[in-house]
Amino acid sequence: MRSAFVDALCEQAARDERIFLITADLGWSVLERFATAYPARFLNVGVAEQNMLGVAAGLAREGYTPFVYSIATFASMRGYEQLRDGAALHQLPVRVVGIGGGFSYGHAGPTHHALEDLAIMRSQAGVTTLAPADSAQARRALSVVADVPGPVYFRIEKEQLPDIPTLAGRFALDSPELVRAGKDVLYLATGSISHTVLKVADQLQRQGISAAVAIQAHLSFRSSQALCRLLSAYPRVISVEEGTTAGGLGSLAAESIAENGLATQLSIQGIRGFFSHGGSNEFLRSRHGLDPTSLAKVAAQWSHRKEAA
Amino acid sequence: MGLQNTVLPDDLRSLSTRMRRRIIEQSLESNVGHIGSALSITDILAVLWTEVMRNPGGDDPDRDRFILAKGHAALALYSILRERGQLSEEQFHTYCKDNTLLNAHPEYGLPSVEVATGSLGQGLSVGCGIAYGLRQRGSPGRVFVLVSDAECNEGQLWEAVMFAAHQRLKNLIAIVDLNGMQAMGSTESILHLGSLSNRFAAFGWKSIEVEGHEHTALRNAFHAGLADSDRPTVFVARTALGKGVSFMENRLEWHYRNLTPALAQTALQEMEV
Repeated sequence: MRSAFVDALCEQAARDERIFLITADLGWSVLERFATAYPARFLNVGVAEQNMLGVAAGLAREGYTPFVYSIATFASMRGYEQLRDGAALHQLPVRVVGIGGGFSYGHAGPTHHALEDLAIMRSQAGVTTLAPADSAQARRALSVVADVPGPVYFRIEKEQLPDIPTLAGRFALDSPELVRAGKDVLYLATGSISHTVLKVADQLQRQGISAAVAIQAHLSFRSSQALCRLLSAYPRVISVEEGTTAGGLGSLAAESIAENGLATQLSIQGIRGFFSHGGSNEFLRSRHGLDPTSLAKVAAQWSHRKEAA
Repeated sequence: MGLQNTVLPDDLRSLSTRMRRRIIEQSLESNVGHIGSALSITDILAVLWTEVMRNPGGDDPDRDRFILAKGHAALALYSILRERGQLSEEQFHTYCKDNTLLNAHPEYGLPSVEVATGSLGQGLSVGCGIAYGLRQRGSPGRVFVLVSDAECNEGQLWEAVMFAAHQRLKNLIAIVDLNGMQAMGSTESILHLGSLSNRFAAFGWKSIEVEGHEHTALRNAFHAGLADSDRPTVFVARTALGKGVSFMENRLEWHYRNLTPALAQTALQEMEV
């Protein structure tokens, strides 16, 4: 996905001369195409994320749209206060691109697992927080937010993933996108784990459970009418995110339900503990209940309880 | 060119005195501290804003930019803005009152404040970005960033120092307010940095030491130092916390303490115009 994102950024930079790309010395073999095409708008600031966010705010103050690029942990956390005091406070169009959220950097170990990036970004009212599910949606999101005056955080998956055919690259701010119809339960996912969730729905269908799937790529600060409408259409919702359960998509769904008095029951699936270990992405996801079998069980158990009652 | 080269040294001295009186009077009125830090940069601001920077604080896209990275000395900035007529008397008196834009640290939204500051170590990085952007679009505008010596404890500041040197940002100028004091003691006792001038120079900056309360020395140093620089320049200005008020000078407590009417009266008597 990151390559597709950089390709899309190159295309956008051809039309939009405000765009700068800044890296804190990560992105080898990915960013060269931008650096070659637009050398005057490419900056490697060295391994210095705090300064990178400050420089980006300054450039944005002079009318540019800087994209700052790093692994999601470093992009979101090392310069967080700088993003808050700079681009968020001044509402400047800085775009933070965090590569590989969740367990994407599995074997790299816990320092490289961005588990709370979405939650901390969402807690800034002035930051538009996005976790596109696939490359086509990322591309669309990039163009939708081109003129958003304040900062945007993009969590972009590292690996190449196929596009989700039923999503067809749709993206709108605030809005969930329904990608699979169903009536018993709704899985509400964000980011690349949406691919897993679609497999879960297929699996449940074989067990006689009809699961809908929607993708909420924009983790907005406040709940939206579109999300509330969707949530209220299902008796049970299971939110799925490859991130901490506090503050991210599950929280957004819970706030939407509670504040609007919806009758929907919610189960929040995500990362509940703090410490992770090294391991393959699949191993770590399954350790935290984010594998297809565990995620399917949530709906199946719900369904059994209903029958028992 | 605005007010450049129009102020005589005698005028600068009286400008600084008026600023100091404003700092004392307004601190008392608003019952807010950080007086010592404001007094230590008064002379630097008086020279910079009248004789060095081009059209500061306006909306000319090619103006020189000023960032008060040591945001806790904001009252000194408001004082020079008031003296230049860039703040009204009424606005000035809203300092630290409810719903004001004149807080203890400069807030974005107040005309003439380029960047909100208050969290130390960030101002020079933003200054780097602005300087890079100005150069990119071919503007002659320069960026002046006033940092404190204690602020040089922050790692981010040195990230910015390295970046500016590598990018040869000759339109970036840092001024270090070397008053030797920080929140809980002397800079030497808390985190000894040796010669800051040497440290900046070691990273590739043009480094100039200057007496931070001598108007003529400051003016001459700025004019000579900025005449033909091919890299970022730092002016390390030797100052005293609380300069101009005998009972505040180099006294740690005046980093935070508030004034009483009696103390304010004593201070003002020392600075008759």
